[in-house]
Amino acid sequence: MREIPVTLLLLCFSFSPYCQGNTTPNSIEGAKLYHQYCMSCHQADGGGVPQMTPPLVSTNYVTGDKKRLITILLNGLNEPIVINDEVYYNPMASFGYLTDRQIAAVLTYIRKSFGNQSTSVSTQEVSKIRKQLANKN
Amino acid sequence: MKFFLLFLLSVKISLCATAQNSVALQLPSGFSAQVVAQNQGRVRHIAIAPNGTLFLKLERLRNGFGIVSLRDLNQDGIYEDSLLFGNFIGTGIAVKNRFLYASSNNAIFRYALDANFQPIHPKNPDRIVYGLIDKGQHASKSITLDNTGNIYVNIGAPSNICQVEDRKAGSPGRMPCPILDSAGGIWQFSASELNQTYAHGIRYATGLRNVVGLDWNNEVNDLYVTVHGRDLLFQHFPQLYDAKAGAELPAETFYRLKKGQDAGWPYVYWDQFKKKKILSPEFGGDGIKEGAPQAIEPLMGFPGHLAPNALLFYTGVQFPKRYLNGAFIAFHGSWNRSPEFQEGFCVVFMPMKNGIPTGEWEIFADGFSGKEKIMSPREAQHRPCGLTQAPDGSLLVSDDVRGWVWKISYPLK
Repeated sequence: MREIPVTLLLLCFSFSPYCQGNTTPNSIEGAKLYHQYCMSCHQADGGGVPQMTPPLVSTNYVTGDKKRLITILLNGLNEPIVINDEVYYNPMASFGYLTDRQIAAVLTYIRKSFGNQSTSVSTQEVSKIRKQLANKN
Repeated sequence: MKFFLLFLLSVKISLCATAQNSVALQLPSGFSAQVVAQNQGRVRHIAIAPNGTLFLKLERLRNGFGIVSLRDLNQDGIYEDSLLFGNFIGTGIAVKNRFLYASSNNAIFRYALDANFQPIHPKNPDRIVYGLIDKGQHASKSITLDNTGNIYVNIGAPSNICQVEDRKAGSPGRMPCPILDSAGGIWQFSASELNQTYAHGIRYATGLRNVVGLDWNNEVNDLYVTVHGRDLLFQHFPQLYDAKAGAELPAETFYRLKKGQDAGWPYVYWDQFKKKKILSPEFGGDGIKEGAPQAIEPLMGFPGHLAPNALLFYTGVQFPKRYLNGAFIAFHGSWNRSPEFQEGFCVVFMPMKNGIPTGEWEIFADGFSGKEKIMSPREAQHRPCGLTQAPDGSLLVSDDVRGWVWKISYPLK
């Protein structure tokens, strides 16, 4: 009897849009976006390419501060980045043309994949940072 | 339970260690390979002196140094004596007329060598060239020399395909591409004048996105190069290229270059199936339309994205005669063929005569990756990166993952 709420909770987690008023996109959408836009450079295992594309595993850039991560996707990254003493040189173009919901979905996906166990990113969080960046410019 | 897990862990570790020491290369019948140096760091290009002293150029400093000189003082075939010098990272290295030339990502240095081919002033090299573009992407500066006092250096384009916004889907190509003024080609400098800049050099050939392999062919006295072709055809133009086409296209290319020639980047790429220069979609192409009629054609097109990192014309007598004057090409292996498997962690041979290929290319040495199927390049145990020919005619191959050097010989010892 005690196990039912846990199962429900897990279901809620997996299909979070239905539990949180559609604000946190589900992992299937995130995985699809990852395959379409990210995988060729960041690789199927999120491991990146030595000297070229930074890994998405074992780095605070992905699992840490959401604002920094959302900003990288919205603005792109045009400078070399150092992760675990390794320099990565290839630039990443802005993905600002994706919708806030798509950005939230793909970021949620990478924060919970490849062994990462971090929190979700919501559409609202992306919208808020997009607005902040727009006001700055 | 804990002990059991520990046991499993230790088994796994020892298996890995065994696997790392047992990468067996596949070679043509009669050839054998010996590992002559290990764990030397991120070894990019290599060069050998007439007395067998081997020089390695490192992409990452080791104890603060970026060049390794290796000697086999006890003559057992394995390099055991090392000297580290040069405080810069980079790819290019060459030995010519008792000088060692080495490049950083923005300059070329020269070390005078003594009678034993050791640097006379390891701390104070001559600076031959400086101020070359280094924006991170395609920054490695490969070098080679001719026989009339010139050095040739690749200046890779810091860009995929000269878009307004690099690597952004939908961003158009820049017409004309301003990058070509200072990059995307081969520059020629004097091998002996100090402190040269762009103003002293000649843009020897243009329209070359990123040359990493280059060598002077002494049989016909010309420069030859291998080029890394563009990325992202499928990802940016899925309506024109499916995943398979994006993995195979465009060709990695092999060119003979004469002064003033243009190989067409970024406006066209080489389609090895159609054997045509196809207009890049960023410049109005549709996968079929041809372009850049003035641009030269490559001598050979290899499968896409395999990353030809080193080129060497074989001039020895140790290998069977068909290898003489042919080209060895070290492929670093791909990173951008997904969703297909990554490919090409191997050394290829192309038979040539009078500077022209006389047949199809063939895989000469394979198995460096230590794995049948590679999904992500970091799974590869070794990636071929540099080539040099030993005084006895053996072929040396370097690896920039674990810093191994193999010596490939014929016949079996």
